[in-house]
Amino acid sequence: MDVDEDVDVKPKINESDDWTTPGNYHGKSMTDEIKTVEDKWQLLPAFLKTRGLVKQHIDSFNHFVDVELKNIIKANEKVTSDVDPKFYLKYTDIHVGSPERQDADSVDKSITPHEARLRDMTYSAPIRISVEYTRGKQIVRRRGIPIGRLPVMLRSNKCILTGKDEETLARYRECPLDPGGYFVVKGTEKVILVQEQLSKNRMIIETDSKKNVQASVTSSTHERKSKSYVATKNGKIYLRHNSIADDVPIVVALKAMGVTSDREILQLVAGHDDEYKEVFYINIEETLKMGVHTELQALEWIGARSKSARRAGPAHQKRPVWEDAIETLASIVLAHVPVENLNFRPKAIYVAVMVRRVLMAMVDEKMLDDRDYVGNKRLELAGQLLSLLFEDLFKKFNHDLKLNIDKVLKKPNRTTEFDAYTQLLYGGDHITSGFVRAISTGNWSLKRFKMERAGVTHVLSRLSYISALGMMTRISSQFEKTRKVSGPRALQPSQWGMLCPSDTPEGEACGLVKNLALMTHITTDVEEEPITKICYMLGVEDVALLTGTELYRRDTYIVSLNGNLIGVTRLPTRFVSTFRKLRRNGYINEFVSVYINHHHNSVNISSDGGRICRPMIVVENGYSKVTSEHIKALKEGKVDFDAFLTQGLVEYLDVNEENDAYIAINENEMTNASTHLEIEPFTLLGACAGLIPYPHHNQSPRNTYQCAMGKQAIGAIAYNQLNRIDTLLYLMVYPQQPMVKTKTIELIGYDKLPAGQNAMVAVMSYSGYDIEDALILNKASLDRGFGRCQVMRKYSTMIRKYPNGTHDRLADAPIGPDGIIPKKFQALEPDGISGAGERVDTNDVIVNKQSPSNALDNSINPGQADTSTTYKNAPMSYKSPVPGYVDQVLITDTESDQTLVKALLRQTRRPELGDKFSSRHGQKGVCGLIVPQADMPFNDRGISPDVIMNPHGFPSRMTVGKMIELLSGKAGVIRGTLEYGTAFGGSKVDDMSQVLIDNGYSYAGKETMTSGITGECHTFYTYLGPIYYQKLKHMVLDKMHARARGPRAVLTRQPTEGRSRDGGLRLGEMERDALLGYGAAHLVRERLMLSSDLFHVDVCNDCGTMGYNGFCPMCKSQKNISNIQIPYAAKLLFQELLAMNIYPKISLEETV
Amino acid sequence: MTSNSIDQRRIVRLDKERTHNIHSTDFPGNYPGENLEWNLDSFKQACSIDINSVTNEDCEFDLIGVDPSIANALRRVMIAEVPAIAVENVFVFNNTSVMHDEVMAHRLGLVPILFDANRLEHFEKGDNPNDQNTIVFTLQVECKRKSNVAPGETNPDKLYENHKVYARHFSWVPQGAQESDPIFTQNPPRVAYPDILITKLRPGQALDLELHCVKGVGQDHAKFSPAATATYRLLPTVKLHKPIKSEHAELFRSCFADGVVDVREDENGNKQPYYVNPRKDTVSREVLRHAEFDGIVELGRIRDHFIFNVETTGSVQPVDMLPRSCAVMKNKIAAIRDGLNVIVHGKQDEEEEGQEGQDEDMQE
Repeated sequence: MDVDEDVDVKPKINESDDWTTPGNYHGKSMTDEIKTVEDKWQLLPAFLKTRGLVKQHIDSFNHFVDVELKNIIKANEKVTSDVDPKFYLKYTDIHVGSPERQDADSVDKSITPHEARLRDMTYSAPIRISVEYTRGKQIVRRRGIPIGRLPVMLRSNKCILTGKDEETLARYRECPLDPGGYFVVKGTEKVILVQEQLSKNRMIIETDSKKNVQASVTSSTHERKSKSYVATKNGKIYLRHNSIADDVPIVVALKAMGVTSDREILQLVAGHDDEYKEVFYINIEETLKMGVHTELQALEWIGARSKSARRAGPAHQKRPVWEDAIETLASIVLAHVPVENLNFRPKAIYVAVMVRRVLMAMVDEKMLDDRDYVGNKRLELAGQLLSLLFEDLFKKFNHDLKLNIDKVLKKPNRTTEFDAYTQLLYGGDHITSGFVRAISTGNWSLKRFKMERAGVTHVLSRLSYISALGMMTRISSQFEKTRKVSGPRALQPSQWGMLCPSDTPEGEACGLVKNLALMTHITTDVEEEPITKICYMLGVEDVALLTGTELYRRDTYIVSLNGNLIGVTRLPTRFVSTFRKLRRNGYINEFVSVYINHHHNSVNISSDGGRICRPMIVVENGYSKVTSEHIKALKEGKVDFDAFLTQGLVEYLDVNEENDAYIAINENEMTNASTHLEIEPFTLLGACAGLIPYPHHNQSPRNTYQCAMGKQAIGAIAYNQLNRIDTLLYLMVYPQQPMVKTKTIELIGYDKLPAGQNAMVAVMSYSGYDIEDALILNKASLDRGFGRCQVMRKYSTMIRKYPNGTHDRLADAPIGPDGIIPKKFQALEPDGISGAGERVDTNDVIVNKQSPSNALDNSINPGQADTSTTYKNAPMSYKSPVPGYVDQVLITDTESDQTLVKALLRQTRRPELGDKFSSRHGQKGVCGLIVPQADMPFNDRGISPDVIMNPHGFPSRMTVGKMIELLSGKAGVIRGTLEYGTAFGGSKVDDMSQVLIDNGYSYAGKETMTSGITGECHTFYTYLGPIYYQKLKHMVLDKMHARARGPRAVLTRQPTEGRSRDGGLRLGEMERDALLGYGAAHLVRERLMLSSDLFHVDVCNDCGTMGYNGFCPMCKSQKNISNIQIPYAAKLLFQELLAMNIYPKISLEETV
Repeated sequence: MTSNSIDQRRIVRLDKERTHNIHSTDFPGNYPGENLEWNLDSFKQACSIDINSVTNEDCEFDLIGVDPSIANALRRVMIAEVPAIAVENVFVFNNTSVMHDEVMAHRLGLVPILFDANRLEHFEKGDNPNDQNTIVFTLQVECKRKSNVAPGETNPDKLYENHKVYARHFSWVPQGAQESDPIFTQNPPRVAYPDILITKLRPGQALDLELHCVKGVGQDHAKFSPAATATYRLLPTVKLHKPIKSEHAELFRSCFADGVVDVREDENGNKQPYYVNPRKDTVSREVLRHAEFDGIVELGRIRDHFIFNVETTGSVQPVDMLPRSCAVMKNKIAAIRDGLNVIVHGKQDEEEEGQEGQDEDMQE
């Protein structure tokens, strides 16, 4: 009986392949016992709840603070003295405190990030160390010595916001939806962008510019970073490294590493494969010809050409050349392969494997690696960059400390006993300023690695919530933008699910700047040692014990951990599956990946940081391990995402391990061969692309355009938006959540901080003012608040104190001769600062500051300054062409004890002609006409559209998603529901049509409309419904510009360029050509000279040079002088030519 | 079917993808041998207005027998030119709420004010406000904590007093003669809907505003428009070229809104649909999608039968909308007549204007 039931219940997956027929979809035709995971997407919110949207930044920073710092301290733990050999100072511990304010007189030291933002301070925490050092004959231990301040990443485990509830966050004036992951440095929010690079310590086989195969490894250790190659030249193989002047023939290199027998060398590189042996023979021959036979000969050959080792020992006796070679080979070439006690065996085998990979690629081109493959990339995050920086700063700190200690110890007789503690404190703020400078300028210059990187940090864009969020998931590539190679820019198949396929900028950075997908996680370093141990326990044979014969047997797989060979196994599949079992059970860190590469006969284990990975549901025997019961428990809040991980129901796969997996997208696609099940396919898109409804119906570039435009949309920025004083802030007065949502929208909180409004859109032609994507807006809608936005701009000034004791002051409004305060000063209150709520017009004074005229004069003594100084006006005035209102004023002190006055000026703008709008489908357009409601067409129910869009926008753009958005939106409005347009899912068109039909509308969403102008019916039916429209930040008001007269450039006396300098409007080459072609010579003359840089000059007709006052200084005469008009630029040219010894002569002729 | 008898000239035909015959054809010279010159008697005979329903919010009436231009003119006037009263100037003495002054003023402007606009003089920009052209409200609200609140209470309704500012907080301040004027005292100016939420406050925040309301038209700003919707649709018709097969009768009925089509059984048990209530038809054109009715059903709408639907914001009673819009139109026509007189006679006919003015008053 039992058996029978069992048979019935067992699903025959293959039979259900026909899921296209409606009755069979989602397994509806199957029996009830079959476990489909209906709401498996629920794992996604659970994932985001525990991991957050920017967890990669925060994890990385936490790893730096908790682990990396200690490693760095350990690596540089001792400071000794050259003078006193008995002295030592040892760092025993390091930790980072909680963020503190620096005000000397503060009682409560704790600081909120918002205070740092407002007061232009740095949100940083002290770094404290514990030391142990000698004082005379004593050993002294001290704890908690501050050595500098570390800017703290918001929401990291050192940040006060972490783990706080909404109420507390509100008290801290912080938005609960703000993802954190950035720094506040000198009041600005700075993001350290994720940097993409080729993975470290891994072989990459590729061809150089001459099509020669080469294997390269970038070795990276704490001490050193260098690149080693095994390269081919004329069919011969060499080891190449910067520290060795010549290419080392590979046999010489191997001999130097102790593999002296030619047979062994051949075995190590070629195994039994005759093909490879043949290709390799020539190298052995060459070495024979060179006469290098022994290890010593090889070392001497290398040592004679080694560059760096020479200068290692200062003023010591000269050591033999071969020792240089040993030093070079042991610690510089392939530095990441450890050489312990001069045992070169592992390194020799590593080189041999590299050679073999080169041989393989020489024989078969397919064995070349793809450097654009995402699995070969590593992402460098804030933590890694900071740790590089800190190590550099700390080394400098130790160096300075040592110099100072030496200086003191050198003094023969000291009055007091030397205490190194004073020197520690005396160190200055080198570390603090180093961090602040690097983060605020973005220049990462590390002396150790000769690394000079600019543009690492960016100011967090607060244009909209999405732009801030988008910035946190951005990845910038190290690749040069100017090079014209398509490879790095192309969409990689291995990007699936890891990096968003849509979200990349257009133009020069296209494809180089990428964005993380929704579920992506970036790993941090995991300790290697335990993993090695586990490997040996699982039957891996140590590589150092093997010869080439065993290494390259057909059935033998080389096991490597983070690129280092650790051994071989003959049962790779069993090894890998056991390893995975251990990982699923939590014995190995969840972010350690393992996979088999059958081409290379290798098993690769990775535990290094910077790998991209994402979670997936584990499938065993055709069954998903996650069942509906699990999801139910999750929904009820009994378990969280981590529970799924620890139970082995869900696991992280990185790009390489994904290759080893057979992943089903839906439950019904699972077969017995399946290893994993996708949590939800829409997670392959990032946060920005996730806003688009029905993106799978759009032409792909449209989604890319929307990703760029979503970041320019005006909306709500954060819950604390009205408490912020940002340089420029755009806010929408009445933002709405979209009628057609996506699951991503809910997950990232776009429905709580939206940027747009649901506009009733009629797709029809109207008036001709809608060509080229222009939109027609309904005036009544604008009257009622559609598209209304606010612009807040910060005006800030410092009330300085100068070294000579003088200081700036604030003055009240002056009274004019008629006894009335001039209009310009009317917004001011008696304290010299305008009052909140006051209206200001162009050039009105906001802060009436006055500076002492002798501020820089240091001859005055600080005490006596007050009486004698005079002040000159240095007011801060309002610059916009339209009036604004003072929103708020902040008076505070900065870290440098200067008084800071910030005023926030607000404008409220209703849409006008030329303002830019966009739907969520990359369809932007400007407002072409604003039409009174009475002139607008209306449907049977009296609805007149807010926006009229020209249908010509559709055929070439192919944004079908927009049409479906309209349909779903319309059905949603009628039914009173919010519809979903989630990628690869969402409300179905058929269902939406049915809703329309049931409510008496046409199934297609098209309606009979009546012209508001004639009152007659239209001859056509109009597609009418709500579409979510975004108002973009580009507004006419910020761009309008005209000038009659105005400023001129000093050098050329031509009108200045650009709106910001009130510049002239250029009559360019093409315009000039048109006028010349028409024959309007005088117009050209007037435009290009008379109205530009007219200059009267006296020219001597005898010598052809320019004189002055009717006098030629060359001829020393006043005869034959003519006054002519030339452009000042021409006069300048003549003089510059003269200056470089060219004599331009002006010869004049009589005009008729 | 009832509609078969309707003059085909009056019908706008609705096809699957477009409409036909949208223009009226009854103008002189269009049909040979017919005299279609306009004359008052035939117009009087053809034109009628039937009022279907009137509530406090909206009213529905049929306007039959006029050209679309006339119906549209009425609709446009209702939207844009029937005057109403709205807040125009806001004087902010104190505003410590989170809402900015401009946004607050904008919101206040959109609150419909219930007072007969005809009793107020027009207020042009630059005019001095006086008791003849301005109504003043004050909005003074201060949010306070309630006492005796249970600890741990999070419901703002229980925690705070006045934490929501509604339109009912407007209080009218009579100006000058308004205090004694029976027009004002008997029916004092007030908001049409007292439960419009203006903003929310928290303890310590307060509003002290003075709102100056003036008369204006929707043309200038939508807040002055008394019409929430002022619209019309044409009466639908259905023409059957052949009778519907009995088995398709139910399908035919399902293609229309409920109550539009009635299916009756004759003595032979044959079902036959009857188009009984065209007024309820939403013209979804669903019937055109079915192959069964191809070539049988012709949808149409009667071009000169306008079903008006007027819903007001509350500042004007829906019943008043039609007479008021007519009055505005009469004024406009008078202005045109004056203009024409100036063109034709070179001067304004003063006498006639006086009469016209009286006429108008009486009609209202």
